[in-house]
Amino acid sequence: MPGAAVLQLDHLILTQGDFRLTANWSARPGQRIAVMGPSGAGKSTLLSAIAGFLAPAEGAVSWQGQDLAATPPGERPVTILFQDQNLFPHLTIAQNLGLGLRPDLKLSPEDRALVEAALARTGLQGLGARRPAQLSGGQASRAALARALLRARPILLLDEPFAALGPALRREMLDLVREVAAETGATVLMVTHDPEDARALGGDIAFIADGVVQPPADAARLLADPPPSLRAYLGPK
Amino acid sequence: MASRARPLNLTALALAALLLALVAGPLVAVAARGAGLSLGPADWAAVRFTVMQAVLSALISTLLAIPVARALARRRFPGRGFLITLMGAPFLLPAVVAVIGLLAIFGRAGLLNQTLASLGLPVVPIYGLQGVLLAHVFLNLPLATRMILQGWLAIPAERIRLAGSLGFGPAETFRHLERPMLREVLPGVVLVILIICLTSFAVVLTLGGGPGATTIELAIYQAVRFDFDLSRAAGLAGVQVAICAVAALVAWVVVRPAGFGTGLDRDIQLPAPAGWRREGDILALLAAALFLILPLMAVILRGMPGLADLPASVLPAAGRSIVVALVSACIATATALTLALAVARRPQPTIEAAATLPLATSGLVLGTGLFLIVQPFTSPMSVALPVTILVNTALTLPYLYRILLPEAQALHAGYGRLADSLSLTGRARLRWLILPRLARPLGFGAGVAAALSMGDLGVITLFAGERQATLPLVVQQLTGAYRMEAAASAALVLVSLSFALFWAFDAGGRRASA
Repeated sequence: MPGAAVLQLDHLILTQGDFRLTANWSARPGQRIAVMGPSGAGKSTLLSAIAGFLAPAEGAVSWQGQDLAATPPGERPVTILFQDQNLFPHLTIAQNLGLGLRPDLKLSPEDRALVEAALARTGLQGLGARRPAQLSGGQASRAALARALLRARPILLLDEPFAALGPALRREMLDLVREVAAETGATVLMVTHDPEDARALGGDIAFIADGVVQPPADAARLLADPPPSLRAYLGPK
Repeated sequence: MASRARPLNLTALALAALLLALVAGPLVAVAARGAGLSLGPADWAAVRFTVMQAVLSALISTLLAIPVARALARRRFPGRGFLITLMGAPFLLPAVVAVIGLLAIFGRAGLLNQTLASLGLPVVPIYGLQGVLLAHVFLNLPLATRMILQGWLAIPAERIRLAGSLGFGPAETFRHLERPMLREVLPGVVLVILIICLTSFAVVLTLGGGPGATTIELAIYQAVRFDFDLSRAAGLAGVQVAICAVAALVAWVVVRPAGFGTGLDRDIQLPAPAGWRREGDILALLAAALFLILPLMAVILRGMPGLADLPASVLPAAGRSIVVALVSACIATATALTLALAVARRPQPTIEAAATLPLATSGLVLGTGLFLIVQPFTSPMSVALPVTILVNTALTLPYLYRILLPEAQALHAGYGRLADSLSLTGRARLRWLILPRLARPLGFGAGVAAALSMGDLGVITLFAGERQATLPLVVQQLTGAYRMEAAASAALVLVSLSFALFWAFDAGGRRASA
């Protein structure tokens, strides 16, 4: 069903203490959405709810018409990359990737071949035996994306995993995200502060203002003619 | 939070309930028997002495441990690993055995007083308060050092690198890295030692006694063994519980787990300042090493000659002690880990209470209660070893739990979400996340539990006959019979076994975490 809504935020209300965030829209398969908004607007909160770490106060996060409330994080159709600590430091890179295939790490030769292929696909060939501490920041991000590739879940959530990288590296990672998303057909939600990142993701922007996550709208058009709240956030050109 | 209840939580609650029953049952028995009893002036003197010696012992041990722990944290030298392992030794050392070693150095005919006498100086007596304090510092300084050292090692490498990049000198390092860590760690250290010393039995049995230096534990023992007055024992046990409960309550409120977060496992060293600080560190390490090694050496030298000719009771007793130690250490470690993981996921007062309540008791208190419970049904002798295993499990659990809880919380804060998002649950989570990340504190904790059980001389004194004696009881019986040569040899066997058990667990944990 091309174009059909797969991820639905159905009259969703999230609360944390006094904080309150609402969303009521759907995402299409393969849609790439940059989630933007001021600090503390609730970008990470939204991703936490979709990933299953925060239960909705009201409404629902649904997948193909089914409420995900009872589905634990690991069984949701979701891969999430956190701001940091996406890799277990005591495991090798290959093991970290292997967890994406089998959490008990009982990997068959086919599984190992898949891990090797994912490493090669993300430019990490030969680094499978290393520990995360022996990788550069960019390589660690690649490894996390390689695992997302292996998990091939239909929703990919990126909670600013590349915030610590330089512009060139970040652009590289965004290209890789687009490729991974294209290969797995995943819907991407990516938190970012930078309109350039949103543009590079080449999709839509869901802007958060005054406790409401706006429905995603085409990034290029939105940035060209931003509504007042987004204009205030972006600042004078 | 949307964290879903897992079977693990049910297991944790069941274990907590069992633990509560194990501790509360004897307390109820004690309360029923000892209620309405009025204590005499001698009993109140025992209460005062118990509190005073415990407070002094805890403060002195902790203060002396700070410079030693810092020196170990920031210096690298040959023998450092050995010294850290040695720091576990006196705490593992059964108190009866430690007393034999201390008497050899500080006793009337010991090294110190012989030196003083040859210089024409007056002899320093070891019996009384000063002897009790000396023994308690000897037994607890190393524990304090290791606990504080773990605090130092828990400062994340990122924080140390940041300090280095900001050009922190020793003063700034202290203010921004070390003082916050100490503020988190020290109250726990003081309280743990305080609680240990509140219920100290074997040390006071030998070095204390008399109207001026009798603790409640000793008074309970005397009431049961010499006066056969179970009611008075129960009354004293009630007072002991009240005091320990207050201390445990304070511990529960005051001791907050350190919130340092997690960091990547990069090898990085603490800054090691030169100059007078270097000499100070060397002095602290030398003094601590001598203070610990000399009494241990004395036990070895006294015990060696008789090893070939051990009394027949020693080997069977050693076998029993090893079984008691291994079984209770395994149960206590598995239980403490389950409870700590459950609480790290979601704070649960029931579980926290169950894991802390044993601190309000002691071997003799639980022993008195269990004695009162089993006596109507069966001979206490027939259940001596199971009772010892249970009591040891209950008494070592709070320490294990305290060691594991901050680690479990840090693990949950650092990797809980990542693990959840990857469906890393159940056995896979245990194998690939919990055991590797917590191997070091698990090994250390299990080693401590095994050694404590191995050397325990508390509940067994109330229950055992000839055929149930554990090794510490045999040592005590030999000492009581003035067979000092044989006592020292049996003590040496006991020390070696305790040390071996601790080393096996601790080294295993450190290797597994690498």
